[in-house]
Amino acid sequence: MFLTQTTLVLWGTVLLGITAGLVGTFAYLRRRALAGDVIAHAALPGLCLAFLITQSRSMGVLLTGALLTGIAGAFLMSLLRRISRLREDAILGTVLSIAYGLGIALTRTIQNHHRNERGADLESFIIGRAATMLAGDVLQIAATSVACSIVIVLMYKELKLLSFDESFCRVQGWPATRLDLLLMLLTAVTVITGLPAVGVVLTAALLVIPAAAARFWTDRLSWMMAIAAGIGGASGAIGTLLSARLDQMPTGPLVVLTASTLFVVSWMFAPKRGWLWNRGAAQEELAAAAKEILPTNTAGDTEVVS
Amino acid sequence: MNAIVLLAEQVPVPFASGLSTIAEWLGQSRLTVENAAGTLLVGGLCAATCALVGCFLLLRRMSLLGDALSHSVLAGVAGVFLLTGRIDPVPMFLGALLAGIVTAVATQFIHRTGSVPEDSSIGIVFTSLFAFGVVVISRAKGVHLDLDCVLFGDVAFAGMNFKPTLNWLLPEAIRTLVPALIITIVFLILCWKELQLTSFDPVHAATLGFSVPLIHYLMTTVVAMVTVSAMNVVGLLVVALLIVPACIARMLTDRLGRMLWIAVLSGMSCTTAGYFWALRLNSSIAGLAAVVAGAELATAILVAPKHGLLDRLRRSLQLKIRIAAEDVLAGLFRRMERAGEAVPESVPGCRTLAGNGVAGHFAVHWLSRRGLLVTANGMAQLSDKGRRYAQGLVRSHRLWESWLDQNFDLPPDHLHAPAEAMEHFIGPVIQRQLEDDLDQPGADPHGREIPEIPE
Amino acid sequence: MNAPDSSGAILDLHDMTVAYDRRPVLWNVDLTLHKPGLVAIVGPNGAGKSTLIKAVMGLVPMTSGLVTAWGRSVDEQRQRIGYVPQRESVDWDFPINVLETVLMGTYGELGWFRRPTARHRQRALKCLEQVGMGDFAYRQIGQLSGGQQQRVFLARALAQEADLYFMDEPMAGVDAATERIIFDLLKTLRDAGRTIVVVHHDLRTVPEYFDEVVLLNVRVVASGPVGRTFTPEKLQATYGGRLSILDTMAEAVRMQQETE
Repeated sequence: MFLTQTTLVLWGTVLLGITAGLVGTFAYLRRRALAGDVIAHAALPGLCLAFLITQSRSMGVLLTGALLTGIAGAFLMSLLRRISRLREDAILGTVLSIAYGLGIALTRTIQNHHRNERGADLESFIIGRAATMLAGDVLQIAATSVACSIVIVLMYKELKLLSFDESFCRVQGWPATRLDLLLMLLTAVTVITGLPAVGVVLTAALLVIPAAAARFWTDRLSWMMAIAAGIGGASGAIGTLLSARLDQMPTGPLVVLTASTLFVVSWMFAPKRGWLWNRGAAQEELAAAAKEILPTNTAGDTEVVS
Repeated sequence: MNAIVLLAEQVPVPFASGLSTIAEWLGQSRLTVENAAGTLLVGGLCAATCALVGCFLLLRRMSLLGDALSHSVLAGVAGVFLLTGRIDPVPMFLGALLAGIVTAVATQFIHRTGSVPEDSSIGIVFTSLFAFGVVVISRAKGVHLDLDCVLFGDVAFAGMNFKPTLNWLLPEAIRTLVPALIITIVFLILCWKELQLTSFDPVHAATLGFSVPLIHYLMTTVVAMVTVSAMNVVGLLVVALLIVPACIARMLTDRLGRMLWIAVLSGMSCTTAGYFWALRLNSSIAGLAAVVAGAELATAILVAPKHGLLDRLRRSLQLKIRIAAEDVLAGLFRRMERAGEAVPESVPGCRTLAGNGVAGHFAVHWLSRRGLLVTANGMAQLSDKGRRYAQGLVRSHRLWESWLDQNFDLPPDHLHAPAEAMEHFIGPVIQRQLEDDLDQPGADPHGREIPEIPE
Repeated sequence: MNAPDSSGAILDLHDMTVAYDRRPVLWNVDLTLHKPGLVAIVGPNGAGKSTLIKAVMGLVPMTSGLVTAWGRSVDEQRQRIGYVPQRESVDWDFPINVLETVLMGTYGELGWFRRPTARHRQRALKCLEQVGMGDFAYRQIGQLSGGQQQRVFLARALAQEADLYFMDEPMAGVDAATERIIFDLLKTLRDAGRTIVVVHHDLRTVPEYFDEVVLLNVRVVASGPVGRTFTPEKLQATYGGRLSILDTMAEAVRMQQETE
């Protein structure tokens, strides 16, 4: 059977979108939406180190390195939560920027010492190289997709309980910390798998946007996950097809822009939770937002004196 | 090269003679030293400005705004390019600034009208803007706009790109960085009180009549301006310069003024160290600056006075040793009470009294060093000073037992354990308070006499 | 109330001390429950009542002390112990409806991977009926009033069919008629051999509803059968103000640990 490149890319992005929608639902609900962004940036040093140590350019090797440092980044975040007095947003930004800086430094070193064409290509790390996806890459994405879906289906009630009411989860005797680790692992795997296809920032986008869009359509978790998967997959499909039609447009960003459009549509038109349905209240909110763009949780224990 | 040489003849570099001296001393060409100085200057300015702004972002829990802005400015640049088809610096700057403000407003708008959690809102906005920017820029390949450059900046280039500015030959980036720094400092000075208050307690500030939203708006604009200026130099790593030095300062101090100074110095040390490491390892200056920042943060977390890990461990251990030592003293004292006279105890026996842990191991040493225990031939005995100390401890213990018995609903055999724990924290002041509060201060619930205050 | 041998006791707290940030908030609590019954915990604001329950459930670490239920650790008895928290700990915008929330009470007995069956759903619906929320089964939880949300959590605990319940102010925000319904429900449970420990906010209804009472103000002032314990002098001792020496001691402990 002869698969066109477009069909290949289509399979890859659709599967990726579905997985990101599923996993992203929990990230959204646990307020860890940006953890995916951090893991994606933390993956860069892993890619470089894997290359430096093994001198191999096999995607499997590089991605394993990326996964290891991505997970290390997530562990670092939870370590910082426990031993430092820094808050969540600062911890996210710190781990992200330092890991990324390390990655950039390693990349430049590689570029300066190994002047070959492929290898560590930063730009493709940022925006992905979906158009040059290989059958092997798609198989990888498919494998990840299946694995994540199985885990989520098996552990659905445990993950739902953890996300909804963590103290009750502990009280019932579940190992909440380990379940949390499992979710982090799922996120890391999804993100790393998406890197070759859509790049850093855009993988994080796929984790966040479909889930947020899905929330507008339903008040049931199971439906939310299904719709998020659907929106993710649809974004992948539409983005890829658009990219195939329009020359010179990279696939990754188009997939994300499709997802954003679907988000705006959901936000506006969804029954019950959409803006048009609640228009009166929404106009006040717009005025309020323009006047008061304060971060909402400012309960202080900062105690900085001068 | 010739043009530069010609220019150099007409417009001097500041501190030219000084730089020449350094060049001779190091055995490098003057041009090399000038470039190095330029790079260090540019990097330092970036770091200082970002550090100042970053401190307030940290305190107001808006650290992610820097990250978001650094991605969405790409959309601003792209948008301007779409509209004008050109890459003039001033419109680009304004476009980026506008994109920054749009990011902040859009995030809050989505958050409030859509009930989308704040972290998701900010994620949606900046990734979408970034995607938009990438799409436009990649179409513009062939024009000057290079994704690599826009995203990563180029510190070395910025440092070497000397242009005549105000009668001196200076790195071009200075033209944006110095005004940014000045505006930041002016903003901080003008709004110092308001910033302090609103960072610490926005509700209180609002009741005092300060316009909290206005400050917030201004701040966001300043952050956007700083981010855009710095991105020309360090690209996406502006996030590191915004967040990490501020974190380092936060670990080291609780005072706002000091925090700003430490952040600025730390940031500048990171760019400087990053530069020299980059030369050595032939790598990216900005990347290594971020790595150095990470190392400094790790160090701060470990060794910070009061909040650092090592210090907390040290204090915890010291407390445990003191408690173990006091257990030895109290144990020996009670034996003496029962026997009517001083009973020496073997040193291993003392360690058992102390609880046999790590702290117990050091307890005997702690006691001898303070002259509370006299050791000879492997046997230990309370010194006079030690007897008095122990008497105070047992006094605390029994006072506490009596007080518990009076005020808590506990059976008699449940009084000893709490008193064992608390006796180490009861000093003369609390002893007096307990005595005043007790109805019958003579004996403890078990009938034992409460010792007098040791003279 | 504190028998020397408590191995047959339903619940035994021995010398429990709890500290937040190294500052003790509960001092040396000793408590033993021998018989099934309705037990009230009362005390002024800040007395540590919620802390006590959270420490028993393991949500808050104990600085010292031991908790056993039927002679074993709480961890081993989780199935038999139910918990109704105070409202705050949940995301009200979560995509979940009332019935699904109540069903979560059955998750413990299901174990890993298994889904609730029709039988469990029936049980959940029945519990909802018992607290008067049967008509709200398919509403998203954010759409309920405070008192209604509290009743949903109560139903969730009931769905667990536990033997020992801890409830933290279950009557807050509930009208008098509903309060009556809930208490009749608790009485039925008690008559069936269960023990229910309730942090109760309304002193007036204590003698009417409860068998035993624990008077708490950062330490146990008194505990025992209502008739004997719920007296004016003991109430005066409980509500008459904080023991300032405890605050002084707490501060001394905290300072020692910071500046040693």
